[in-house]
Amino acid sequence: MKTPFPFSAIVGQNAMKQAMILTAVDPGIGGVLVFGDRGTGKSTAVRALAALLPPIKAVQSCPVNSPKAAECPEWAELGSKKLVSRPTPVIDLPLGATEDRVVGALDIERALTRGEKAFEPGLLARANRGYLYIDEVNLLEDHIVDLLLDVAQSGENVVEREGLSIRHPARFVLVGSGNPEEGELRPQLLDRFGLSVEVRSPNKVVERVEVIKRRDAFESDHDAFMTQYGAEDAKIQKTILSARKKLAKIHTPEAILHDCAVLCIALGSDGLRGELTLLRTARALAAYRGDKVLTRAHLRDIAPSALSHRLRRDPLDEAGSGTRVMRIVEEVLG
Amino acid sequence: MSTDAESWERAAVAMALLRFAPGYLGGAIIRMRASPTRDRLMHPLKGLDLRRLHPTIADEQLFGGLDLAATLAVSHLVQSRGHFDAPCTALLVMAERCGSELGAKLAHQLDRDMGHCIIALDEGVDADEATPAALGERLPFHIAPDGRMPAGWALPAAVATRYDPTTVICSSEDLTTLTLVAAQFGIDSMRAPLLALRVARAHAAFQGRGEIDHGDLEIAVSLVFPHRATQVPQEPEAETEDATPPPPEPETEDAGNTQESLDLPEGDMLVEAIKALLPPDLLAGLVAPGTSRQSGGDGAGQKRKGNRRGRPLPSRPGRLDGQARIDLVATLRAAAPWQPIRRRQQPKARGLLIRPADIRLKRYQEQSDRLLIFTVDASGSAAMSRLNEAKGAVELLLAQAYAARDHVALVSFRGTQAEVLLPPTRSLVQTKRRLASLPGGGGTPLAVGLQTAALLAAQSRSKGLTPTIIVLTDGRANVALDGTPNRARAGEDAEQMARMIRSQGARTLVIDMSVRPQMSLRTLAGHCDGQYLALPRATAQTLTGAVSAALEA
Repeated sequence: MKTPFPFSAIVGQNAMKQAMILTAVDPGIGGVLVFGDRGTGKSTAVRALAALLPPIKAVQSCPVNSPKAAECPEWAELGSKKLVSRPTPVIDLPLGATEDRVVGALDIERALTRGEKAFEPGLLARANRGYLYIDEVNLLEDHIVDLLLDVAQSGENVVEREGLSIRHPARFVLVGSGNPEEGELRPQLLDRFGLSVEVRSPNKVVERVEVIKRRDAFESDHDAFMTQYGAEDAKIQKTILSARKKLAKIHTPEAILHDCAVLCIALGSDGLRGELTLLRTARALAAYRGDKVLTRAHLRDIAPSALSHRLRRDPLDEAGSGTRVMRIVEEVLG
Repeated sequence: MSTDAESWERAAVAMALLRFAPGYLGGAIIRMRASPTRDRLMHPLKGLDLRRLHPTIADEQLFGGLDLAATLAVSHLVQSRGHFDAPCTALLVMAERCGSELGAKLAHQLDRDMGHCIIALDEGVDADEATPAALGERLPFHIAPDGRMPAGWALPAAVATRYDPTTVICSSEDLTTLTLVAAQFGIDSMRAPLLALRVARAHAAFQGRGEIDHGDLEIAVSLVFPHRATQVPQEPEAETEDATPPPPEPETEDAGNTQESLDLPEGDMLVEAIKALLPPDLLAGLVAPGTSRQSGGDGAGQKRKGNRRGRPLPSRPGRLDGQARIDLVATLRAAAPWQPIRRRQQPKARGLLIRPADIRLKRYQEQSDRLLIFTVDASGSAAMSRLNEAKGAVELLLAQAYAARDHVALVSFRGTQAEVLLPPTRSLVQTKRRLASLPGGGGTPLAVGLQTAALLAAQSRSKGLTPTIIVLTDGRANVALDGTPNRARAGEDAEQMARMIRSQGARTLVIDMSVRPQMSLRTLAGHCDGQYLALPRATAQTLTGAVSAALEA
């Protein structure tokens, strides 16, 4: 695999970039869904994300990237218990991946050669404390979707098969991308994503030309390009790290909590998930911008991505849910 | 209008470039039926190390995995290498049968930019039989030459001194030009200009030049853009407007006028020059039905085949009876823990020791998806009174279908014909679009409508879907099957079609939309063994309530 295209070199697509950065500031936001036309840079952005994320400290040989030796699962036979710094995992979940590959299964090699019953961790284990990326998420087979829903909910992967009884932590940020023309996403899965953004091709010629120019420079003048934007990426990474520290100290005025509730009631979004995501994301945004107090401006900026996919689908509404959210946000927040 | 010979000429250039720089360009769709002509067209690629991919190819073959034969022989795990481990040129045969899932996997391989090349041999006939859009999007060429191959068809010769395409110099103006032309032809994907750029570079290198010139741009544009175009610059035609693929989330203020908002520099000389040099069939290609551009655009959202193998269940122990499929990996897993013990019992035996009790069989839970075929009467009489109500009802039902993950299809009949407005899909976006633009007027060819719906039902059943036909009509059938306005014959024909539907066993629901319930419709529902629902003064809401109740029953 060649070096991925740098995140900071992606032209425009600010909503998408912002959403991804915010999940890096607070992984608890719960993932991003990127829906839109082909050739708009969806997968480029996700693949670029890996370079942007701050490295994590994990036990060297731990299959689930545990932060401390004491937290490593029992079944993992650890070689070295040394703590090492490694890149935040961004794991690709390919379409058509078998259940075995996703959740893990009996290690067939060891079973065949040594007659031992050992667990071979799957993609969910590798994604722990990191990101799980599903391209064309709306084409994912239902039984895999069900698995993901269950694990994403509990943060734990439980495997009971072939005489194995294994559990391990599986907390990850789910990133999905897809094209709505291929079909819709099941509401349950839709709801599981914290944020959702729509991407479109830039509609300014200057921007389009800039996209092509940067891509071309990336291919033909690779080193210089990477030096330039690598530095930009490093800057974003630094801001993410400092935002993480500030996150806990963000002051949330009572009035803002009230605004969140009013917004969600006005939009009729189901459950409390919308409110919580709204609040968490707004805080992450404030931290990322270096603000100390949560304001309506933060809410306004993230409301469409935090709420638009939580509305009941109304096929008669041609305007699309993003517009609906904006309209209500304007009414409520003024 | 371009001549057939010109289209063959362009095909020759594309093939020559593919042979010259397969990994750099990434591949092509070749949309032709299998024939000696196609073999001849493909002949230039013979020198490349071609791997054949079949639409049902297993992931292990593509990306590597457990090599079972070797594993069993040496009794430790042997991994096989996949086709895509190293740069390769793959020949995807019967690409129109390839599911969007495989399409996505192959597309991902191309995205890795490892020097893979995929030649998709597409034998599709209709617009909805096409190479998956995700894959087609990443392949620069779409080769579908018209007419007979001219005698003496041959590839252009390469110049001996070969440049590496990646090092060919391209000016900033060239980049701008390609982007602008793409934008003018309504090509939204940013991949198109990038692919065109690669083609231009490859062409320059092929001709022994280290810098892109105007001719290279011209070739690149003519090879990459025509089948992707969604509009003709500055000459909006009604037909072209219709063909524009719907944007993903139609927003009233945005839909349709994305192009207008492009701040195209007026009178840009370079753009004009390129436009003048574009082959004339660029425009013709836009409206030509059937072939090229549909495969990239309109076919996108349609579920082409029901590769519903059902939900895999855990395999279970069983005997090999020649019918069930053995789950080899599960069998191995079952046998594995016993190997040391069995080895002690049979020290002389070779390889793995597998007992009948280890055999595991694959099981799938067949769960056929439901397809709701809405057959909407859009005739004059219906249009006068109830067409909008019917549309509203169908839209509400769609929302339910969406929640239940049903597939929907839309058939309308009016005048003398019926038309499949939307082949089975799960995409709300597409359905909404088609429904909104459904016009009304003309006679009521109920028989033709039923026939079309029945045909669609039969087709979808063969693809593993379970069809239900929902007919919305006011019942005054007045056009017979052969298109003649004869009320009596029309009624008989409709009755006959209803019996045909019954013989197929498709579930049917006849919704009477007329102001006063029609006895003839109740009889018709009886003929197709379906349910009848009279909704003399229905609002959309009561209608959906009634329909979903009827469907659940």
